[in-house]
Amino acid sequence: MTAPPDVAGAVLVAGAQILVVGVGGPLLLGLMRKTRSRLEGRVGPPVRQPLLDVRKLFAKQRIRPQCGSWLFAAGPIVLISTSVMVAGTAPLLTTRPALGQSTDFFGVVFVLLLGSVFLALAALDTGTPFGGMGASRATTIGALAEPALLVAVLAFSIPAHTSNLPALVRDGLSNPQVIASPGRILALAAFVVVVLAESGRLPVDNPSTHLELTMIHEAMVLEHSGPDLALVTVGESMRLALLLGLLVNLSVPWGIATASGMASLVVGAVALAAKVVLAGIAIATFEVFTAKLRLFRLPELLAGAFVLALLGVVTALVAR
Amino acid sequence: MSGAVLVLEVALGAAAAAAGGLAPRNIRVRVAAALTAAACVAAIVVAVDVLGSGHPVAVRTAEILPLTGAGLVLGQLGAVLVSVTAVVAIAVCVYWPGYAHHGLSSRAASCVVPVFVTSMLVVLEAGDTVTFLVAWELMALSSLLLVLVDQDRREETRSAGQWYAVMTHAGAASIVLAMVLVSAHAGGHSFAAIRSQAGHLPGGVRDVALVLALVGFGSKAGVVPLHVWLPKAHPEAPSPVSALMSGAMVNLGIYGILLVGDRLLGGGPSWWWTAVVALGVVSALYGALQASAASDLKRLLAYSTTDNMGLVLVAVGVSGLLADGRHQTLGALAMVAALLLVVNHALFKASLFLSVGSIQAATGTRELDRLGGLVRRMPVTTAVFVVAALAVAALPPLNGFVGEWLLFQSLLHGLEVSGAVVGVVVSVAVAALALTGGLTVVAFVKAIGVGLLGRPRSPGAEAAREVPHGMQIGAGLLAALCMVLGVAPMLVVPYLERAAATVVAGGRSSVLRGGIELELSGLHGVLAPAWTAVGLALVAGVAVGTRDLVRRRPKRRVAEGWACGRELLTPRMQYTAASFAEPLERVFDDVLRPDRDVTVSHVAESRFFVERVAYRSSVGDVVERVAYRPAIRAVRWWGSRARALQNGSVHRYLGYGLVALLVVLVVLA
Repeated sequence: MTAPPDVAGAVLVAGAQILVVGVGGPLLLGLMRKTRSRLEGRVGPPVRQPLLDVRKLFAKQRIRPQCGSWLFAAGPIVLISTSVMVAGTAPLLTTRPALGQSTDFFGVVFVLLLGSVFLALAALDTGTPFGGMGASRATTIGALAEPALLVAVLAFSIPAHTSNLPALVRDGLSNPQVIASPGRILALAAFVVVVLAESGRLPVDNPSTHLELTMIHEAMVLEHSGPDLALVTVGESMRLALLLGLLVNLSVPWGIATASGMASLVVGAVALAAKVVLAGIAIATFEVFTAKLRLFRLPELLAGAFVLALLGVVTALVAR
Repeated sequence: MSGAVLVLEVALGAAAAAAGGLAPRNIRVRVAAALTAAACVAAIVVAVDVLGSGHPVAVRTAEILPLTGAGLVLGQLGAVLVSVTAVVAIAVCVYWPGYAHHGLSSRAASCVVPVFVTSMLVVLEAGDTVTFLVAWELMALSSLLLVLVDQDRREETRSAGQWYAVMTHAGAASIVLAMVLVSAHAGGHSFAAIRSQAGHLPGGVRDVALVLALVGFGSKAGVVPLHVWLPKAHPEAPSPVSALMSGAMVNLGIYGILLVGDRLLGGGPSWWWTAVVALGVVSALYGALQASAASDLKRLLAYSTTDNMGLVLVAVGVSGLLADGRHQTLGALAMVAALLLVVNHALFKASLFLSVGSIQAATGTRELDRLGGLVRRMPVTTAVFVVAALAVAALPPLNGFVGEWLLFQSLLHGLEVSGAVVGVVVSVAVAALALTGGLTVVAFVKAIGVGLLGRPRSPGAEAAREVPHGMQIGAGLLAALCMVLGVAPMLVVPYLERAAATVVAGGRSSVLRGGIELELSGLHGVLAPAWTAVGLALVAGVAVGTRDLVRRRPKRRVAEGWACGRELLTPRMQYTAASFAEPLERVFDDVLRPDRDVTVSHVAESRFFVERVAYRSSVGDVVERVAYRPAIRAVRWWGSRARALQNGSVHRYLGYGLVALLVVLVVLA
């Protein structure tokens, strides 16, 4: 395979994807909050509130906790870098993203993991009890979610004979029966649970909690302020949008651009936005009717996801 | 020419040992280290020549060993491992003079370290069973002496030395049996002779030889349940020795399994490889779990070694299974993954052990709960440790990730072609590896976060200063190599492919292609670690720029962290290693079986008022408790019973002699 000579095109596609995810992520967060508020009978903040928050935060002073070192400062930077990196190269708007031939599903998982690890290290670097608590809980959940995620990735990859992400999406477009195959559905179910866990949504973590002792993700980023917090907010919301985008493109790939060109890219963006919005509203609705699980009940949920994914692998092997 | 360099290498090693033993105190360590490093450079020269030309280098002498003579034959597999061993040893030699203020500077130690390094190189270069076994034994003995260097100062060191001595010699006995068995049946003791007769050996002999080799070499590689010496000996040895043991010596266990299983016996039935995968899966999971629960930094690293060797064994076993099922290309791919995992592990683990040596030298402890705050006090050591630890956690863009990716690719593509049995084995392996990966991340986030970041938790950590430059460079060299191989794995992969092709019978020599990208040839899978690194760096630069330059805002302020409005944050309020791992310990309660003890003492006046609460929690080794302790007790019991036979009376001993004679006569008649 030769490298695509069309560098300008690749940069354009990557830029478009990063822009869509970067702006769409905070908006998605706002939309989910709005949905929850409305369903709970409140008016709620406007959908664009997270973007306004980010703008406000960027103008604020940076504050460093007393014993924060370069690792504390690196946390938000690495988080946003990993989110942007994946946003640029994952098959979100088009099945031929920049560097698409080397966008591996395993690779994406580990690049996102890099961001989580640095966020946890930044939390431990603050030397406060809440930093340690958040980091401990988040890495534990991450460790238990990872098997489910990787086995689900394997289940996705077996029918397509590759773990290349754009190829997986293309495979779904050309053989729709793959999507409805039992192995794929089981793996998708596992993937949904992992997405909820990784992006800190209910029933794993309550994103709107204000009590330090129940926080997981929020406890980790408690010490970040001003522009650093803005970077964390954008990075986290991009990650949620990314994971949902991958989820919808793997389960309903239709609408994604298969050819190059502006028009199909715009169509792809609209299709992606529509699908992700629907998925976001679904999750927000689910959250209204769910309570947070006890921390020590989480392994059961994640083990359940793991079993689903493993069944997915076995089914895919049998159906082969 | 290469043959001469091979001899030179051994001669330099011997000279280093002599210099270490004879040179005056003030230059002893430096001379020994320099000569050892020179021997390693010679080894690398030969290894590169072998890997470049593809032809083994052989030397024979009749003089050194009586009866059989000594033969050195360096093949491609050996050359890969020789390079790894030599690189680790060179880094250790750079590190050693700085460390000498803290130990490992005695005459004996300066003499034995070169012997240890050279014997490891000779094990890999041995061309016949006798040379191999002699070098193996020399390696075992010299490493034992080095473990015991600090025995006067610490009681635990002696106990660790005992465990190591017993396990390593039980392993060596098993290896001797395996080698004797195959060479007796093959009618020759050179590896080439055994290989040519391998097909004619009876099946039973082959099976027994493989099981013996798995036991012997497995105990050296730290495979569960033979790993018990590892979390004792690696922490108690001086850190440069730990680095050599964990970075180089455990690899020889893997080499031994490959040597006997593939090169001498030429592969075998699928249950061999299924057993190897099973051993690997158990080791990986158990090692990762124990590492995530450990609170002693070197113990954590030692368990992580078990974990990594488990991953290598999984790759080796899957390679055997696939090659057995006539999928030689995939088998070769899995073997490349195994070798890359070995290379990676050597680099990052040796770097970590050296960094911990620096930390121990600066703070006087290796307990995570007595460290902390080192990121400001020892910035270089911290940076090196962070890079190496993230490499273990298989995070891009470091080398550990590339190895893990290759392993997953070989498992994925192996699943596609496999039958039912292999399919089940591989699926379970994938699941276990995925869990292992997650647990490793917990272990190393804990190691960095609790050990190096936050506030110092003890006066020792508070007073820590950065170590001498030599120590920083030694550890940093290996971490730099982790980064280089993470970005450009193709620098070594072609050599690993050739070595893999000599191991997997009928394997093709090119299973991977590409310069910047890493592409599986004939399969659909591409990884571009260099692009990931460039992309991440680019975006990080833009993000820093956006954060700092876009708007003018007040200068950065330092403030106290949030503690629910309390003014005073103390180091004791931080999460400790135990509290960090507590959720995970609770989840895996059944496997780890932590020992918890809460003692509440009441004030004298009323038992409704608590005076103090003491909480103690420790995680021991379950395998040791369940399997080894009863065995040791049984041996003790029989020993004390047997004592009754000996009461010192000559009459009784004469009686024993008579009875024995009668028994022999009866048996013969």
